[in-house]
Amino acid sequence: MNREKLINQSTDALINYTLHLADDALILGHRNSEWCGHGPVLEQDIAITNISLDLIGQARNFYQYVARQINDFQKTESSQAPSLLERGFGGEVTEDTLAYLRDNREFKNCLLVEQPNGDWAKTILRQFLFSAYQFYLYQELQDSKDEQLAAIAEKSLKEVTYHLRWGSEWVIRLGDGTDESHQRMLKAIEELWMYTGELFTATAYESQAVAEGSGVDVRLLKAPWEEKIEEIFSEATLPYPPLSGGGKGEAVFQQTGGKEGKHTEHLGYILAELQFMQRTYPGSEW
Amino acid sequence: MNNFFRKLYYGDIPEEKTGAGSQQVPKVSPTGGDSEGASDWPLWEIFIRSKQGLDHKHVGSLHAADAQMAIENARDVYTRRMEGVSIWVVESKHIHASNPDDAENFYEPAEDKVYRHPTFYDLPDEVKHM
Repeated sequence: MNREKLINQSTDALINYTLHLADDALILGHRNSEWCGHGPVLEQDIAITNISLDLIGQARNFYQYVARQINDFQKTESSQAPSLLERGFGGEVTEDTLAYLRDNREFKNCLLVEQPNGDWAKTILRQFLFSAYQFYLYQELQDSKDEQLAAIAEKSLKEVTYHLRWGSEWVIRLGDGTDESHQRMLKAIEELWMYTGELFTATAYESQAVAEGSGVDVRLLKAPWEEKIEEIFSEATLPYPPLSGGGKGEAVFQQTGGKEGKHTEHLGYILAELQFMQRTYPGSEW
Repeated sequence: MNNFFRKLYYGDIPEEKTGAGSQQVPKVSPTGGDSEGASDWPLWEIFIRSKQGLDHKHVGSLHAADAQMAIENARDVYTRRMEGVSIWVVESKHIHASNPDDAENFYEPAEDKVYRHPTFYDLPDEVKHM
């Protein structure tokens, strides 16, 4: 393997890794934004929309960073161009190019964040499970060798700390609330738990990013994450660990693939709505 | 997921209950059911202290199930544009107010008692900033 190819691989890994972080934030941000105007009460409508805006803000930071890297390569006209360019965006790449003009299979978000909102319990649980993961992820990412990633992580961690607090409170409130809310939480766990394993399963680009000191080894986040989930679930009188067959069966089979572009059917619908304007009126601004 | 094609998938809230075009207060619980409503949540008065301010100022009110939630709701509703660095919440029922009907005997007697303002003292020239 020649040197050029090595550099290419390393750039690819960093770009894919950053895109993965961005896509996670964008898709969950978009999901939460679907609640805007539909929240159960005014105050929570604003709360979930704030979280949505936080996440989309994080996504923007990551996308801008990816766009910069790609444009730098385009300027040098080097043969080491990252493979993402082979598909050809045409011209300068911006954060919008990355969010609005990539297809389903190019998105690297995990399966958990693209799951439908369902009822309030499911939205809350999805946010809680993901915020807990993001909390430990960003804590580690602050020490990344890549200064840009470290800076974004440090800035975003403050937001995520609040998301985790908000999500934890709601999980406890609903889990340890009425029969109805408890049942809804159980149903939400049954629908979402199968997507949590993917968070801690490293893809090739993640491992490469870890090897180069820019990424976080997600396998190491599993223990603190499980501890946090168990702590909150036990306070919420919810079963831990969640088992198949309504708690009587075995460990739940874990779905993976989203981080490598193999998504559930739901992502296509999200992108159809998210990308419609730019696809129909390319380059439109307002 | 069949609920993906149903119109209710945002939050299980039937549209006729979301208040649009209707005068009646929607009774919607956080879990989406309509038996116990948010209207059951008590009202809280919110006080925010800004970065430069010394005192907490009343900024409005909101609904919340308890003090903890009231503080978090206040954070989300009233401090999203950097309005403050400290939040107080008080359940509205604990605030006792004067009766507007008492205005006459409460405030008007003070109107002809200007001597209550400390404006009748001769200040020496050396004293500044008074």
